[in-house]
Amino acid sequence: MVKVAIWGSLRHATDGAAEVEVEAANFKQLLDRLSADYPGLKPQIERGVSLAVDGKIYREAWFTPISPDSEVVLMPYMQGG
Amino acid sequence: MKTLHVSTRVNGDETDFVCAPDETLLDALRNRIGLTGAKEGCGTGDCGACSVTLNGRLVCSCLVLAAEAEGAEIGTIEGLADGDKLHVLQQSFLDHAALQCGICTPGILVASKALLEKHPEPTDEEVRYWLAGNLCRCTGYDKIIRAVQDAAQKLRSA
Amino acid sequence: MAFDQQQKRDFKVVGTRPVRPDGIDKVTGRAMYGADLSAPGMLVARVLRSPHAHAKIVKIDISKAEGLPGVKAIVTSADLGRPEDEALRDTQDNCLAYDKVLYDGHPVAAVAATTPEAAKAALAAIEVTYEKLPHVTDVDAAMKAGAPVVLDGRAYEEVPAGWSQNVTNHCEFGHGDLEAGFAKADLILERSFKTEATHQGYIEPHACLASVGPDGRGELWCCTQGQYMVRETCAGILEMDASQLKVTPSEIGGGFGGKTTVFIEPVALALSRKAGRPVKLVMTRDEVFRASGPTIQSSTDVKIGMTRDGRITAAEATLRYSGGCYPNMTCMMGAQAAFAAYDLDAVRTYGWNALTNRPKEISYRAPGAPTAIYAVENVLDEMCQELGLDPIDVRLTNAADKGTKSSYGVTFQDIGLKTALEAAKAHPHYSAPLGPNQGRGLSCGFWFNFGGNSSVTLSVNTDGTVNVTEGNPDIGGSRASISMIAAEELGIPYEHVRTLVADTASIGHSDTTDGSRVTFMVGLATIKAAREATQKMCARAAAIWGIEPDAVEWIDGAAQPAGPNAGKFPPMSLAEIAATSLKTGGPIAGHCESTADGAGVSFGVHLCDIEVDPETGFTKVLRYTVVQDAGKAIHPDYVEGQMQGGAAQGIGWALNEEYIYGEDGLLQNPGFLDYRIPVASDLPPIDTVIVEVPNPGHPYGVRGVGETSIVPPLAAIANAVSRAAGVRLHELPMSPPKILKAVMAKG
Repeated sequence: MVKVAIWGSLRHATDGAAEVEVEAANFKQLLDRLSADYPGLKPQIERGVSLAVDGKIYREAWFTPISPDSEVVLMPYMQGG
Repeated sequence: MKTLHVSTRVNGDETDFVCAPDETLLDALRNRIGLTGAKEGCGTGDCGACSVTLNGRLVCSCLVLAAEAEGAEIGTIEGLADGDKLHVLQQSFLDHAALQCGICTPGILVASKALLEKHPEPTDEEVRYWLAGNLCRCTGYDKIIRAVQDAAQKLRSA
Repeated sequence: MAFDQQQKRDFKVVGTRPVRPDGIDKVTGRAMYGADLSAPGMLVARVLRSPHAHAKIVKIDISKAEGLPGVKAIVTSADLGRPEDEALRDTQDNCLAYDKVLYDGHPVAAVAATTPEAAKAALAAIEVTYEKLPHVTDVDAAMKAGAPVVLDGRAYEEVPAGWSQNVTNHCEFGHGDLEAGFAKADLILERSFKTEATHQGYIEPHACLASVGPDGRGELWCCTQGQYMVRETCAGILEMDASQLKVTPSEIGGGFGGKTTVFIEPVALALSRKAGRPVKLVMTRDEVFRASGPTIQSSTDVKIGMTRDGRITAAEATLRYSGGCYPNMTCMMGAQAAFAAYDLDAVRTYGWNALTNRPKEISYRAPGAPTAIYAVENVLDEMCQELGLDPIDVRLTNAADKGTKSSYGVTFQDIGLKTALEAAKAHPHYSAPLGPNQGRGLSCGFWFNFGGNSSVTLSVNTDGTVNVTEGNPDIGGSRASISMIAAEELGIPYEHVRTLVADTASIGHSDTTDGSRVTFMVGLATIKAAREATQKMCARAAAIWGIEPDAVEWIDGAAQPAGPNAGKFPPMSLAEIAATSLKTGGPIAGHCESTADGAGVSFGVHLCDIEVDPETGFTKVLRYTVVQDAGKAIHPDYVEGQMQGGAAQGIGWALNEEYIYGEDGLLQNPGFLDYRIPVASDLPPIDTVIVEVPNPGHPYGVRGVGETSIVPPLAAIANAVSRAAGVRLHELPMSPPKILKAVMAKG
């Protein structure tokens, strides 16, 4: 199981939990599990999210491996100028 | 609208073109004789990207009518280098990394040359006020001022 | 060794300051920008724009205009389909309004004609019947229930009930117990701020040359930060296959984020398709201001609690952003960035976005961060004043470091904030004396940076030179840094490498040049491509020597036997291997088409001294110093250039630049005369200190450097002005009338 930190305004979809646990070994599995287990997260995931794994921010990289002891933080889709 | 025939000299070459009576010198340079080094950044004389010299005087070519070039001597960025030999200012801008996107660079070089011809030994403040009509959005001007001063010094000792 | 593992190495090329490869073209006027290309038979296009802030389009009658001499094509939104994708539909509607105009300058129709005069005459002959609607241009007004609704049905599920339909986003970030944190504070300050929208102010207006043939194939030349983005967007709008639309990026005359979308390109393509001739479309400066993509307008509340000795106990911020008439996510970036510089036990940020009758905001250097951090750093400075604490010491006390859990949830790896703060403190600027009416201000700044996708091909030519082909437009000197990285990896002179930015048909997809990603990501891809090429060259040398390929390694620009057991052969240089390459197995190239992440966040600290004239409210910037962590500076000149350029833009944002909308909802200052960006005489020399705390996600330690520099100036200047004037200002820009008013009110 991987612990995923959920930002504040998405917690309506996780019964207020700041962190949820899902079974996932990579970015893609994690997003699929989150969408399935917490359907309220789906619209934001479809609009775009980034994922920080152990301090590294990934914008889109489905097969980035995630280990159970990784720090995983869901983030909005990064943009820049 | 009847077009006008204009005979002028551009960078020392005799040049003829036809233009509309209300056409700007900038449009004539760019669209009639293919000298696209002068840029249109605003069309209102506020940015200096279209700087050229008209009979030795620094002007915004977007504020000059093409017809005013009749019998005049026009200097543009394309005439700054002497064949394959860069002008000291051009080399100095390269050496000091005084450009980023480069869109303002032709205008700033033309303006700087006009400055150094008039004031070969300007203070930094004089350079800054002289170039106040040439907008640069990339560099913060710091490296530009250094490049102009270095060129000024080289020109003085040449 | 893992690819991204850092090696202690002595760089030969990286860190030097060679002349940029595009330099000569740019100092001689030869460089070709968006408006500089023409084609035989070319038509010129002009755009008809809304004179209203908000109106229903009842009817567009083009019949009179169509019949005028020289007019070859007129397009309106009726000439385009309706994309299913909402974001694409917004982009299309922003290029040609659908059923409503949403801001002053919103395009309604476009004409292609044989001359500019004919196009202008045709615009005047197009009859548009509008039904004016009430408008709203202020973020606070737009959020209130009952405000004129810009677009309805666009609120995301996260927006609670009770707000205007204009409110599209709401987000919240942070951790810890705020109430407990504030209870521990000796001083709690709560302040509200407002900042006006600003514009990137690139000197080159948007420009393009489009050509679509009767077979439906198209070519497009344009100034953009992303030719692939342009291709995908235009192909989507015009229902073309991406393969049939070739987009060539011109030299780009500044972007800063503003050229990361399309405004005119689909329109020019539609006109060209209809007319069957090439069409050139160039925006005027007035059009750029009214109808490209300025920043958000912001309204912010900040509350911070601090102990007497300067430790922050709790911090809270609410950001209300308006990014114009279509939804955007910039408030989320601001809400994440607001307190990123600090190690906090209790922190909460809330972001809101509201639609207004303004053009849709597009990124401008670190989008969302400058206005959020401006408010935070302003309150911090006031607290330092009130508690009699040194502003750098307070920031050092609270500074985020490796292992800090950031306010947006991520634990930082190696970061350079403390190093930058210490460098700022040690700089002579910080201890220099100040005169009367002078003030010193400082601020921290932060940006995320990201990697993304890019493609690179590195070809080894038979004469021993190298071409790097890549897909990311060069805005700030990236062709120089990419060439340097290739030279470093291959062990050949910089002068032997030429880097070219290719069109969409010549190399694979590359994400837009944004997010400070090019030197990081394209550089990384170049390293990988170079290593693939060196591997191939080692194999060729091995074949020539008759030994195993893995018995050869690449050292100092040459293939060499790996250890004494491999055999005794003199090193074989790149040039030697290249010379025989067509006989030893064919052309040699290395490729990298990939996604890279781990860009590494970037922090900076700015110091400034200003003098306020108490008689006029005019502010003169006397001295300015930028300290920034670059991870590893590839070409220090252009790193400094990014630091200085961002500082200058931020100074403009702080002191002068603003979008001024009248009661009628029309933009009152769409020109460089009235929207005044800093000129040379407004600025002092801008001193730079590059600190290098290597990014663990890059083999050389590179971090993005392009965006962080615009973040600190807003607060650095505001803090300096507030200290000099003896009164806090809570609004940007701090133009002379506002400062004078504050000084007079103080008495």
